[in-house]
Amino acid sequence: MRLKLVPSETDWNFFAAARVTFGASLVAMVLSVALFFVMGLNFGIDFRGGTTIRTESIRPVDVGAYRNALAALDLGDVSISEVFDPGFGPDKNVAQVRIQAQTGEESVTPETIAAVAAALQQIDPSISFPSIESVGPKVSGELVRTAIMAVTLALAAVLFYIWLRFEWQFALGAVAALVHDVILTIGVFAAFQIRFDLAIIAALLTIVGYSLNDTVVVFDRVRENLRKYKKPALKKVLNLSINETLSRTVMTSLTTLLALFALFVLGGDVIRGFVFAMIWGILVGTYSSVFVASNILLMLGVKRDWSKNDDGGAGTQFANVDA
Amino acid sequence: MLNIPTWKRVVIWALCVLGLLLAMPNAFYSRVEGHNDAVKAIELAGETPDRLSAKAAWPEWLPSGLVNLGLDLRGGAHLLAEVQVEDVYAERMDALWPEMRDALREVRASIGTIRRQDSDAPDELRVRISRPEGMETALVTVRALARPITTLTGVGSSDIEVRGEGDEVVITLSEAERAATDSRTLQQSLEIVRRRVDEVGTREPTILRQGNDRILIQVPGIGSADELKSLIGTTARLTFHPVVGRADSADQPAGPNNFILPDMTDTGVFYILEKTAVVSGEELTDAQPAFDQNGRPSVTFRFNPTGARKFGQYTAENVGSPFAIMLDDEVISAPVIQEAIPGGSGQITGNFTIEESTELAVLLRAGALPAELVFLEERTIGPELGADSIEAGKIASLVAFSAVLVFMALSYGWFGILANIALLINVGLIFGLLSAIGATLTLPGIAGIVLTIGMAVDANVLVFERIREELKTARGPARAIELGYEKALSAILDANITTFITATILFMLGAGPVRGFAVTLGLGILTSVFTAIFVTRIMIVMWMERRRPRTLEV
Repeated sequence: MRLKLVPSETDWNFFAAARVTFGASLVAMVLSVALFFVMGLNFGIDFRGGTTIRTESIRPVDVGAYRNALAALDLGDVSISEVFDPGFGPDKNVAQVRIQAQTGEESVTPETIAAVAAALQQIDPSISFPSIESVGPKVSGELVRTAIMAVTLALAAVLFYIWLRFEWQFALGAVAALVHDVILTIGVFAAFQIRFDLAIIAALLTIVGYSLNDTVVVFDRVRENLRKYKKPALKKVLNLSINETLSRTVMTSLTTLLALFALFVLGGDVIRGFVFAMIWGILVGTYSSVFVASNILLMLGVKRDWSKNDDGGAGTQFANVDA
Repeated sequence: MLNIPTWKRVVIWALCVLGLLLAMPNAFYSRVEGHNDAVKAIELAGETPDRLSAKAAWPEWLPSGLVNLGLDLRGGAHLLAEVQVEDVYAERMDALWPEMRDALREVRASIGTIRRQDSDAPDELRVRISRPEGMETALVTVRALARPITTLTGVGSSDIEVRGEGDEVVITLSEAERAATDSRTLQQSLEIVRRRVDEVGTREPTILRQGNDRILIQVPGIGSADELKSLIGTTARLTFHPVVGRADSADQPAGPNNFILPDMTDTGVFYILEKTAVVSGEELTDAQPAFDQNGRPSVTFRFNPTGARKFGQYTAENVGSPFAIMLDDEVISAPVIQEAIPGGSGQITGNFTIEESTELAVLLRAGALPAELVFLEERTIGPELGADSIEAGKIASLVAFSAVLVFMALSYGWFGILANIALLINVGLIFGLLSAIGATLTLPGIAGIVLTIGMAVDANVLVFERIREELKTARGPARAIELGYEKALSAILDANITTFITATILFMLGAGPVRGFAVTLGLGILTSVFTAIFVTRIMIVMWMERRRPRTLEV
């Protein structure tokens, strides 16, 4: 008896609702971009400089009292948020205090931090500060540039690799799917105002890698089927390929999601944003490799003659790797 | 395809065993850590019963490499410092002045009297000559002092650039000399930071050069970034200057070539000092905390022979006049020279506490930073938070792991179990590789491993799904397995190579925790491809050889 998530033979038509799915993707992307510009991202100190202080206390967090205590220090933009985690007991109350970068200082001075600590200790003597992180504006500016560069470079490298191994239409299809995933992820971060820091960039790139993984597996099958079936319409070949790989797509997404959910619930609050980005990215990434990448491929059309002799052997380079 | 030659089997299993052996110390983390510390301590400070027993807790012949825990898992302080390399330029110019003055005096006949001018730019030396018509002679004389640069990039250029501006000779450092100076300054700073951190003796500090003018410092186990900052951020430049006079405020005119500094203890007291130092801390050979004759904490110091000679000569010539002991832009004290001090040793008495005098001695011994450090980034992570993160990471990984194992077994039966064994080996291999290359495990790194657990099954899933498909058409199980592997291979490789590309880019551009994530993700891809296409296959082949099943259910 086997657990089967997808029937072993499927013949679902993934292009039946192409207009709807593709349209939905477009709308979601536009919405994400709009959200990004209207709401903006809740950048962490990695990207805009400043200081975050994690507080821990046996007393419940009173955000209002904290705010009042810090208002007197005249530190500019101060944001205080309580942190929740199922792992915390009743006598572990955690909050995150973020202070904007102080003008004229590269990183926040020990005096400022001491003043903040003293002010908070006054209203709650049991408070302690498990972590204090401070990033100067110079570094945060650079981190933004590196982050943008990393994502762009990753996309370009992937575009190049797929073009090398497949055809340019595949490369465009794959990268369109990736851009889709990245934009939707940024959209979610804007919509829910989840803190966007350096680790999220790592998550974004992993999403790029994962979504690509999915897309490449489908494309690999498309390539194989294009060799096998020379006559049927491209749409039919694409649909067949997606159906054939569907079981694998679902299996892999599910195992990965299982692992990530475990991390999301049990991994502690420090990396929750990071794991959330990944979970969302894997959902979108799985969707996009089925619905976005293939649709683009269908629109662009693709070379139909894949007989092995006339082509430099694209995709067969590894065929003789053997155990 | 299903006949794997014996030597390949041996190699594959040997690699697995090697990887697992390398990973094993991590299962006994604290014991192995104790062993490693003891070995180091014995090497440095000799054997004690405690150390010997800690050393014996882990057998010598087993590998003892451990995965380093990142700051976010262990707690500690992280600093990113920028070395103000320009600081050194001004000093270079000051050092150049006496030599230049002597050379110009020799041609006084044609250039007249000379006078050093104050300059806005710190890396400029301006000298006014009273007879502008002698400018050419002056320029030639000064240019003769230029030295060729010996670095690789600066070949052919000299260290200073000289030009005339009206009646002033302007000397600046050349581009190549600046680059060479910057690099030297950074190197020195790095060395001194390392010495200072080592003096405190914490475990495995990371001190790295970043870019052209930055130093990254990570010290696990230290209480706070502030503590670390006060240790390495102090320049600790000790110099001895002739005192010209006293002043009441910092704004009083000091006269050319002089400057005003506040007293360290008496607020409102300022000294006017000559710019050129008699001796500097670079010529110290030793410094120790001590007490003076009145029982106050002080620091004794000793000069090297050159320093001793200069100091002896100066004190002999200036008996009765005051000189200032200056530390980082403050005057510690300004005693009057009672008699010549020929021995090259002395004592600094300020208003120190015992802690301060001890710290000052440490700083003086380690040497002065050639330039100021500005801190661009600082992070303190408490050890409890790190411990919480490890605990959470452990639990999450175990749960994730079990979930995937159960899921695979349910979906693919016996083959799923084989894949699970490969997955266990896979995680072992990741830890083995991490230990072997001495990588650092961070919280995102744990996430990378969990993600790898999820994704590692992908290659197996690809193969198994393919075998299922082939079973429908192919002639028997053996052929189906063969075709399954053959046809799934290009998808496996393409998918993993593309992910590997992104991991590589993350590694190259990422910093700190992101890099830790990239490392585990990248290594995870390597090991998972290895286990999926070699280890699982060899297990399936061995099983097939033994059972020779006629039908197969995957």
